Amino acid sequence: MNGAAPLLGVSGLSIRYGAIEAVRGVSLEVGANEVVAIVGPNGAGKTSLLSAIAGVVLPAAGRIEFDGQPLAGLALEDVVAAGIALVPEGRHIFATLTVEENLLVGATIRDDAAAVRADIDRFFATFPILGQRRSQPAGQLSGGEQQQLAIARALLSRPRLLMLDEPSLGLAPAVIDQVYVLIREIREGGVAILLVEQNAERAFSVADRVHVMSGGVFALSGTPAELHRDPRFDAAYFGIGMA
Amino acid sequence: MDRIIQTLVDAVSVGGLYALTALGIGLIFGVMRLINFAHGELVMATGYTLLALFGMPLPVMLMGGLATAVLLALATERVAFRPLRGADPATLLISSFAVSFFLQKTLILFVDSRPKGIDFLPLLGRQIEIAGVRLQALQLVVIAVSAILLVGLTWFLRTTRFGLQMRAAAEDFRMARMLGVRANRVIATAFALSGLLAAAVSCLVVAQTGIVQPRMGLQLVIIAFVGTVIGGLGSLAGAATGGFLVGVATILLQALLPPDLRVFREAFVFLAVVLVLLFRPQGLFPARGLKERI
Repeated sequence: MNGAAPLLGVSGLSIRYGAIEAVRGVSLEVGANEVVAIVGPNGAGKTSLLSAIAGVVLPAAGRIEFDGQPLAGLALEDVVAAGIALVPEGRHIFATLTVEENLLVGATIRDDAAAVRADIDRFFATFPILGQRRSQPAGQLSGGEQQQLAIARALLSRPRLLMLDEPSLGLAPAVIDQVYVLIREIREGGVAILLVEQNAERAFSVADRVHVMSGGVFALSGTPAELHRDPRFDAAYFGIGMA
Repeated sequence: MDRIIQTLVDAVSVGGLYALTALGIGLIFGVMRLINFAHGELVMATGYTLLALFGMPLPVMLMGGLATAVLLALATERVAFRPLRGADPATLLISSFAVSFFLQKTLILFVDSRPKGIDFLPLLGRQIEIAGVRLQALQLVVIAVSAILLVGLTWFLRTTRFGLQMRAAAEDFRMARMLGVRANRVIATAFALSGLLAAAVSCLVVAQTGIVQPRMGLQLVIIAFVGTVIGGLGSLAGAATGGFLVGVATILLQALLPPDLRVFREAFVFLAVVLVLLFRPQGLFPARGLKERI
């Protein structure tokens, strides 16, 4: 962090589902141009955290600020208008819509049709396979292609913060490589990234800072280099000693 | 030969009416997972508006009937269904029954429960002769109106920006909202369109039967609902096709069954439905979007 106010600031965030407290008083900052990763086992509360920021679930307690403005309580469609895009776990491609239509839905909040067109053409130039299949239903794409499409679709809203939930889930290693090449390119394009991953090695390869989440709290935080050396990492990641 | 063509025209026109009704139900189901049984009361409301405006110039009657159905559709969404958004489908279904009963009973309370005759568009009842085949003008109008509305709606959904947002919302409502698609606007538009379809169906049915009555929409909606199930819930093309097929099947059974079995034609239609659902429980044209690919 460079001392300036963070782009995203989360403090004391708790999320409850009935009697279960999925997230317990988590605080988090993401600076502009920063890549922050949250790693941890299944059920640690990572997806709940992203869902609260995106407006999908209402937090039980805590504050979420984006660019200095409070975010909690905004409707889903207002969060994306504020500049935050989420690529959810499982990608949620519109399978019956064509590849190109998926991208156009991603540009819903924009009024600059010509610039949207240019963004879509640039994406097809970068991913020629998707360009060739632009008129095919997106459900016919492979898992990796769908992940690339889901990320591109989120980017078409021109977000300042991109949140990715398990982008490597269910993909072959070679395909994950391609997805992470894309993530690095996005970062170079000046978009901040909040990345949730079970695959810690992958997350370490792109992140500036990493939080290890377990049992609804951040058990350990640091740069990838620090966490690599930290003997507590395995215990934190695998939740030893946690409820 | 004349008989065959007459029967086919009859089948296609009835199929068109059911397709339009099924589409009205399918549109709402697509964006809200609500099976709107109150759709029939939109048909009823237009019918009684035509009755109230009877004697006025035709455009006034048509616009009045259309406005009533569209405004009533928007009002039911705002008052009854919006507070329940996200509720499970059973809750939504039951509340749509409540809305349906409420509207029907309100009408009976303030107007009358008995059918009323209305001589709407009498000119269309005349027979016309095309290439030696005598046909009822109204049936051709029904076919034309159905075709125009189906093509128009398809155009709207396929090519406009807003239609694209509606299709995305119908497939994955939450994801569409996360991309900025306005939930309230999409749902209100779906209700307005369903009102438009109900109004069109109502005008055609009233012209055909010459009667308005409180339960005039019910039979239509039940048959159309069967059509949407056969076609595959959640797929608009499926709903329209399913509704069309059920309408066609009804008329063909009427023509082909021996006279003493004709009174049971609905039973045969429902038998066909049972068979379809036994062998293709997801419908003939299931919505591909309902299954997740990981």
